[in-house]
Amino acid sequence: MTEENLISAHEFCVYHNIGHSFILHLKEYGLVETITLEQIDYIPSEQIEKLERILRIHRELEINLEGIDTIDHMLQRVDLLQQEVIQLKNRLRLYEDID
Amino acid sequence: MAFVDYYQILGIGKNATEKEVKNAYRKQARKFHPDVNPNDKDAQKKFQEINEANEVLSDPAKRKKYDQYGKDWKHADQYEAAGQRGPGAGRPSGGQQTYSGNFGESDFSDFFSSMFGGSGRQSRQSSFKGQDFNAELRLSLRDVYTTQKQTITVNGKNIRLTIPAGIENGQTIKIKGHGAAGINGGPSGDLFISFSIANDPEFKRVGNDLFKNTEIDLYTAILGGEIQIDTLSGKVKLQVKPGTQNGSKVKLKGKGFPVYKNESQFGDLFITYSVIIPTDLSEKEKELFIELSQLRK
Repeated sequence: MTEENLISAHEFCVYHNIGHSFILHLKEYGLVETITLEQIDYIPSEQIEKLERILRIHRELEINLEGIDTIDHMLQRVDLLQQEVIQLKNRLRLYEDID
Repeated sequence: MAFVDYYQILGIGKNATEKEVKNAYRKQARKFHPDVNPNDKDAQKKFQEINEANEVLSDPAKRKKYDQYGKDWKHADQYEAAGQRGPGAGRPSGGQQTYSGNFGESDFSDFFSSMFGGSGRQSRQSSFKGQDFNAELRLSLRDVYTTQKQTITVNGKNIRLTIPAGIENGQTIKIKGHGAAGINGGPSGDLFISFSIANDPEFKRVGNDLFKNTEIDLYTAILGGEIQIDTLSGKVKLQVKPGTQNGSKVKLKGKGFPVYKNESQFGDLFITYSVIIPTDLSEKEKELFIELSQLRK
């Protein structure tokens, strides 16, 4: 049996001073995943960083959920492209080394 | 210290209204916010400048002080206390100061904090995540073959790091909360460590696969035989097939590099054979080669 670290959605909302509905909306948009156990919502610990980033974008830049969804998608593409650039640069190093 | 034109930073005129300042700030912040520009040092610096410009221009009192004294803003309170109305009318009692020289990244924060650090007006200020720090760690290919722990010092703080085996050249890892302190109570920034992994003279790496050239003598290439080669996990015996051509490759499955964050899996090691043709043949050898060549005719 595997163990998973979960954080209560309620605790997260209190800490960040947000309503629970915000988490539910993000879930509807597929931006975060929550786990419900005995009618209590939990957030997997690996989702916290992403959730906090979304919260900052929402608050500091006043971006609505549609915008956050788009940004999230674009950031994933940026991340993939950055990885590809790294791999291509490393492959290029093989040829640059040849005398 | 050079004068920092906050209006230019936000791309607005000196007569911009509060609403125009706010709109310009929002527009620039959306463009350069660190969360939408991951691993972009220039964007982070720009975002810091935008924040500082906004903190000043969105506050009427600070803006007035900035407009009135320009680059001599630092002594605004002292000028006013002395009943003077500008830098041309004299100098504060603290002595003459000049503002010249480089205006680096760290100076910018000093500029900001020295101007408004003690003013205590926080009501209009928003809290923001602190600046992210970037560092580079140089390692060898062999260093990153296994997971290792290192302690690095960033801004006087020792940070213990676990570097997972298989990390790639150019890859960046984030150490949460080890950047600059947050602005107005915001969360601390993060520390981004990018890895610079030097090329190895013996092994080339592509993803999780390793490539290595191995020399074999002519006779082993023709007749086959057993050779011993060095891999990153130790010595391995290898059977060379008879009739092995120069430049031919063999794959040693699972003898490559560990998969990042999945150390039980490994890439493959590709060996390219370089057949060495003897150049210092003895008379007897020459005779035998001639004999061999005639057998082929």
